[in-house]
Amino acid sequence: MSGHGETLIIVGAGHAGGRVALTLREEGYAGRLVLIGDELHLPYERPPLSKGLLQGSAELAHFSLCDAQRVDELAIEHMPGNPALKLDTQARRLQLADGRTLEYSALLLATGGKARRLPGVSPALTNVLYLRTHDEALALRSQLQPGARLVVVGGGFIGLEVAATARALGCQVTLLEAADRLAARVLPPRVSEALLALHREQGVDIRLGVQLQSVEGRERAEAVMLADGSRIPCDLLVVGIGMLPNTELAVQGGLAVGQGIQVDSTLRTSAEAVYAAGDVCEYRLEPGGAFQRQETWRNAEAQGRHAALNMLGRELPFMDLPAFWSDQFDAGLQTVGSLHNAAPSASRELPGGSFLLFYLDGQQRLRGVCGWAQGSSIGKDIKLCERLILDGKPLSPAELADPAVSLKQLLRG
Amino acid sequence: MNQLAFVQAWIDVCAVDDIDEEDVMRFDHAQHTYAVYRSADSAFYATDGLCTHEKIHLADGLVMDHVIECPKHNGRFDYRDGKALGAPVCVNLRTYPVRVEAGRVMLALTA
Repeated sequence: MSGHGETLIIVGAGHAGGRVALTLREEGYAGRLVLIGDELHLPYERPPLSKGLLQGSAELAHFSLCDAQRVDELAIEHMPGNPALKLDTQARRLQLADGRTLEYSALLLATGGKARRLPGVSPALTNVLYLRTHDEALALRSQLQPGARLVVVGGGFIGLEVAATARALGCQVTLLEAADRLAARVLPPRVSEALLALHREQGVDIRLGVQLQSVEGRERAEAVMLADGSRIPCDLLVVGIGMLPNTELAVQGGLAVGQGIQVDSTLRTSAEAVYAAGDVCEYRLEPGGAFQRQETWRNAEAQGRHAALNMLGRELPFMDLPAFWSDQFDAGLQTVGSLHNAAPSASRELPGGSFLLFYLDGQQRLRGVCGWAQGSSIGKDIKLCERLILDGKPLSPAELADPAVSLKQLLRG
Repeated sequence: MNQLAFVQAWIDVCAVDDIDEEDVMRFDHAQHTYAVYRSADSAFYATDGLCTHEKIHLADGLVMDHVIECPKHNGRFDYRDGKALGAPVCVNLRTYPVRVEAGRVMLALTA
């Protein structure tokens, strides 16, 4: 692919945007390539923010997609700290915060999102922290001192991973969740229960089904008041109540936007030559299905790579399976496919309290799997399950439930 | 490559049957972690135990044919020569000589 005289622009220098840029060069694109970011850093992967980085066992360079030297070698024009302000899809023009205007042949939006703010809490409180970016994680790390009283608002993955890391660092941790179970939006009840038991065993005070009343304190949050009248004193308040997609530029540019920037099966938006990928991208998992977003490492990686190919004219439909993991204390959960049914079709009990939950469709084809085990050890089975889902042959619930039946044999049998 | 490395010592890893065919086992020795593989035709191989991408234990990953796939990300390597097979991994794995002696799998520490 030549690409001389062309300009490809990527707005958003996170994981998805970074993967687009690297893939474009790997695929031989030789024209001008601009990567625009709000943050000052090179593209990086986010999972270590709530674990390794917070613990102090990993630094940014360990989970950056590439280093500055590589960016230079690949002639990627990285423009950090320079948000895009205005998109004109008719003229194919993009205006940046520093006043520059760039013209594009094709453009990709990977603008990600920001941490949802806790309503009714003054932004002036210096010890109310959020976790989405590297710099937010560093700010939090400096305050996670042994003995500190930490209150976490939100029992989703960010809240739970922060709670686990903070507990391991010796903080006293209370976690508040409005729903009656943990990570209820994405996890089966049995995995929520396993997480609850693990956190309580490790000394995290988890309170389910609670309503926040207010946060006390003028300069610093001093205590959290609950609707039932209880008061929880705190030295630090961390809020993990979800992400707001950064759709402002897309809305201003007149693109179709729902809960994210809407794309067709090739990851193209409603505008000519404009694509979207990553956390901000709203797409249909299958033709005719509902629009949804996937805020996962896997999606940033897969959509980033895929969108790059389509910016080069391939027009390939995006069909990657959704997948995610979470590591807390010494346990790991991992999911692939869609957990679409109310209850799993089969469960397989493994040594040491580990298990796999299988979700079959009406034709007994595997559609989704969720597993729980020590460390990363469920990964092997999840990788096999992914191949079983793609294979699409009917499976017997009895065989899936039987630990003596090897999943590899089922795949090859 | 292995052929050019000086073997410093042969270390006893496990019995041949401690690793299933087409599978992998973690082996820790002297503050270092290795992944030791048995192929479908019962040949043995060894690599560094941590993925070059984000230091995940490869022994938790899936072995299919001659490929090890990292349990978390989609990183894949040919475990016979350690070659990284595409994004997100770009750095090859170091490999180590392995031999079988009287039913035991032996791994060579190299300089």
